[in-house]
Amino acid sequence: MAEYRFPVDASQIMLFARAVGDKNPIYHDAEYAKNTEVGGIIAPPTFVQAAAQYDPNFPLRPRIGEPWFGSGREPTGVKPKEKAAADGKKEGAIGQSARVLHAEQKFLYHRPIRPGDVLTVTTKPGKRWEKEGKRGGSLKFSEAISEFRNQDGELVVTAIMVGVETGQTVTQN
Amino acid sequence: MALHASQLNIGDTHSEVVASNLTRTQIVQYAGASGDYMPLHTDEVYAREVAGYPTVFAHGMLSMGATGMMLTNWVGDGRLTEYSARFTRQVWPGDDLTATATVTAIDSIEGQHFVQLDVVTVNQHGQEVINGKATARIDP
Repeated sequence: MAEYRFPVDASQIMLFARAVGDKNPIYHDAEYAKNTEVGGIIAPPTFVQAAAQYDPNFPLRPRIGEPWFGSGREPTGVKPKEKAAADGKKEGAIGQSARVLHAEQKFLYHRPIRPGDVLTVTTKPGKRWEKEGKRGGSLKFSEAISEFRNQDGELVVTAIMVGVETGQTVTQN
Repeated sequence: MALHASQLNIGDTHSEVVASNLTRTQIVQYAGASGDYMPLHTDEVYAREVAGYPTVFAHGMLSMGATGMMLTNWVGDGRLTEYSARFTRQVWPGDDLTATATVTAIDSIEGQHFVQLDVVTVNQHGQEVINGKATARIDP
């Protein structure tokens, strides 16, 4: 079971709210937030996604000094599985993650997240299942269940992520 | 600002436009805020030439976050107890998203009232991109 710490600060809450297009002052204006029911700045409902910034094993963040699979001068990095096989190489973890799409997400909210909280994140695997997709070939689904606890050990948010590994590029239109 | 059980009916709805002409820049902004730099979302060359998509597309979680804004604007801040979403269709640059919540149940558990909501977000073609559910604490 993976475990890491996710310190929450007001700047990150503000930037996250901006990125989803939410200008609600509860996410950035301490004076406004003081006089509301929640009594201070809180994080928006999907904010715990930002824990990925602190996850030491998160594969979708470039790492200093390590190759990245996005494009530089030209498309580089991870090849599709067939190309990797032709080159006599294994696709590797990043290649697999490039074909895993986010199918479903669920959050259970136990307490508001506030600036200054230091959350401990634990993630464990959940259910796995497989089905034939109409357009994406064979689809392999898997759950990852993350619990976010605050500095007092209280459960703040439970997040259940369902990923789907597709056999090919997913086309929908 | 909280909702009241006494004033809600099953079938009541609330809709908001949660994205208009979604830009690649906002997708990159979300990558930076969330820490998910997957090139399918942030790298046009990778998305087209390596992965075989027509262009980059938004993180599902960007659409879920934008849809969450509609929910919190309606039920109030700090009131959600559950929120789930299935990502049923990709969201592309230029898309307009409209999110709608529909009341499916009004419950009372040990004196605390809750509203259960179906959540649907559609693009400018009326195609569903998110299908979800939410539950929120409400006042009597």
